[in-house]
Amino acid sequence: MSDLQSQDYVRRSASTMTPPKARSHEDQVAKLIDVSRCIGCKACQSACMEWNDLRQEIGHFEGSYENPSDLSPDVWTLMKFAEYENEQGNLEWLIRKDGCMHCEDPGCLKACPAPGAIVQYANGIVDFISDKCIGCGYCVKGCPFDIPRISKTDHKSYKCTLCSDRVSVGLEPACVKACPTGAIMFGSKSDMKDWAGERIEDLKSRGFDKAGLYDPPEVGGTHVMYVLHHADKPSLYSGLPDKPRISPVVGAWKGILKPLALVGIGLAALAGLFHWVTEGPNEVTEDDEAEGARVLGESKPEPETETTP
Amino acid sequence: MSRPKTVIVRYTTANRVNHWITAICFVLLMLSGLSMFHPMLFFLSGLFGGGQWTRAVHPWIGVVLLVSYLGLIVQFWRENLWHRDDVAWLKAARFVIANEEEGAPPVGRNNAGQKAVFWSMALLIPVLFFSGLVIWEVYFGDTTSIPVQRAAALIHSVAAIAAIIIWITHVYAAIWVRDSVRAMTQGYVTPGWAWRHHRKWLAEVASGQHGKHVVRKRP
Repeated sequence: MSDLQSQDYVRRSASTMTPPKARSHEDQVAKLIDVSRCIGCKACQSACMEWNDLRQEIGHFEGSYENPSDLSPDVWTLMKFAEYENEQGNLEWLIRKDGCMHCEDPGCLKACPAPGAIVQYANGIVDFISDKCIGCGYCVKGCPFDIPRISKTDHKSYKCTLCSDRVSVGLEPACVKACPTGAIMFGSKSDMKDWAGERIEDLKSRGFDKAGLYDPPEVGGTHVMYVLHHADKPSLYSGLPDKPRISPVVGAWKGILKPLALVGIGLAALAGLFHWVTEGPNEVTEDDEAEGARVLGESKPEPETETTP
Repeated sequence: MSRPKTVIVRYTTANRVNHWITAICFVLLMLSGLSMFHPMLFFLSGLFGGGQWTRAVHPWIGVVLLVSYLGLIVQFWRENLWHRDDVAWLKAARFVIANEEEGAPPVGRNNAGQKAVFWSMALLIPVLFFSGLVIWEVYFGDTTSIPVQRAAALIHSVAAIAAIIIWITHVYAAIWVRDSVRAMTQGYVTPGWAWRHHRKWLAEVASGQHGKHVVRKRP
């Protein structure tokens, strides 16, 4: 996405200063995806393509309703279809709309080395400011949900923007507008949680006693949440992570190592400087030269020691 | 001070050209790598034409560095083999650091510190190369799993920091031990330099072990 306005950042990648956040008196927003009401029509996928002007190259049929087969720089949301046989031996068709979860603590933003290439607005949306992206792929390593995709043509990273351009002018995301069953809702995060609570109660009354909200606390909660009939086993839904968290490897790489490395390099340089200041250079003396010439001369029949005038 | 007319060739032209190709690659890799490592150093990417160029060019310089360092390994591995006297020299390193080199046992062509630099780079550069391949997004982004890429990124950073600290030591030692830089630029040292820092090597040179051509008139 382009940078629509830049005065309500709460987080900015690769920045050691507080980002501009004067205009931050905003509600936290959230998209709620109620998988129990999804009919798998892919209207959301079409609306996403339409609004964002994305066209994935036409691929091949892979024997699944999933089409295209994966997220890509041109596919920011994707319906995923899983067939699950429950304890009663009945088939359940678990359909999930995959895409960026807009984590409250975004792993992509933590990993990004380009200042301002990934930002989080005060409303919670995590956005890629693509002209600052350097195409390194660190966001791919930071993300606990395997969402960002790097383009092979322009070497930029892409993912769902939660229609930050629409939301900033008071519209709901395109997928929400297109959904014919109301399975995708959008509003303030607290409203969405309330609504999810009602839905979960309804599901429980209909036998889904493990129904619940997917708003994983390990990443500080997300601004895209799911109502799941099997909230105890999110991985049933085409591998939705059970306990998503920023990998501790990324945590070490982007946390303690950064200051430690600068201190280490600085200390090595300072050690050199102060060694020079205290001990000084190690210089060859005239005696050394005399001794050196003597040793060389012993084996050579020309013992003239010459001095320059 | 008397200016010796006879000098000893320490590094051949091939040695020196190979060394400086490696050095240029290392410095460029360090600058571009640090710009992608710490936000406060991102400005260094400007030296390479911006972030995208830095990201694109860094791995290619790494390829050149690997090839170049392999050349150094081929040329220098034998003289860097570890011997028992190296331990004795390391134990006396405090004398060397205090500019009291007489307190340390006599040294052959390379001292233990030089050997340590050589071998740690011989280890770190391949580690950096292979971990770098894993995170070379353009060509190998889809080759390995994301957890493997995470580990590679961490290993690459840690190895790079270690290599930079070793590089600082190497550069400082060359500045501190006067006339060492000339050995790597013009190729020769004086007999006095060899006597002071590499006495056993001087004896080898004097006995003709390294051939007659290593001792020559000063250019």
